[in-house]
Amino acid sequence: MDILQIVGLGLSVTFLTLILKQRNPVFALVVSLIAGVFILLMMIDQIRLVMEMLKNMAQTAHLNNVYVATILKIIGIAYISEFGAQIAKDAGQGSMAGKIELAGKLIILVMAIPILTAIVETVMNLMPQVGGG
Amino acid sequence: MSLDVNTIFQIAGIGIIVAMIQTVLKQMGKDDWAQWVTLIGFIVILYMAATLIDDLFERIKQVFLYM
Repeated sequence: MDILQIVGLGLSVTFLTLILKQRNPVFALVVSLIAGVFILLMMIDQIRLVMEMLKNMAQTAHLNNVYVATILKIIGIAYISEFGAQIAKDAGQGSMAGKIELAGKLIILVMAIPILTAIVETVMNLMPQVGGG
Repeated sequence: MSLDVNTIFQIAGIGIIVAMIQTVLKQMGKDDWAQWVTLIGFIVILYMAATLIDDLFERIKQVFLYM
């Protein structure tokens, strides 16, 4: 039962962090960071299963491979930037968390440019030519 | 799922022991030594954290970014 392990780990790390925070705030932050890394490492096998399913579905539907790869990368960027931003927010650095999130959003936007262009081109092809064209 | 959760408790233990050493050294009047102990403990912990984070990022790269 993974969930029992994870909840137990989370609770014990919470109390350890409470004890450490009085004496050594930096160490408490590192402990909570590593607990977060561990939980993500435990979850990454499940995420891999979901990703395999998505890839298989895309191959069955004969989607363009580039678009599926872009979507997977976008999901990964979202997870990573969220993780980093939460760590920074835990440390009390709200502005740094905001900047990490901003960078994540911008990179996602840039990676989505090919998809957006394809959508716009498709829509333009569907539309009847307006204005005497 | 054979991840080594001991690392977390190791790090917490290092933190508590370093805090104790710091208190003792400060009461002995050796503030500069206390500073060094804290710094070195922090570097050790940061190294362990960096190793783990590298592992996580490699896994994430494998899952999300290949193809």
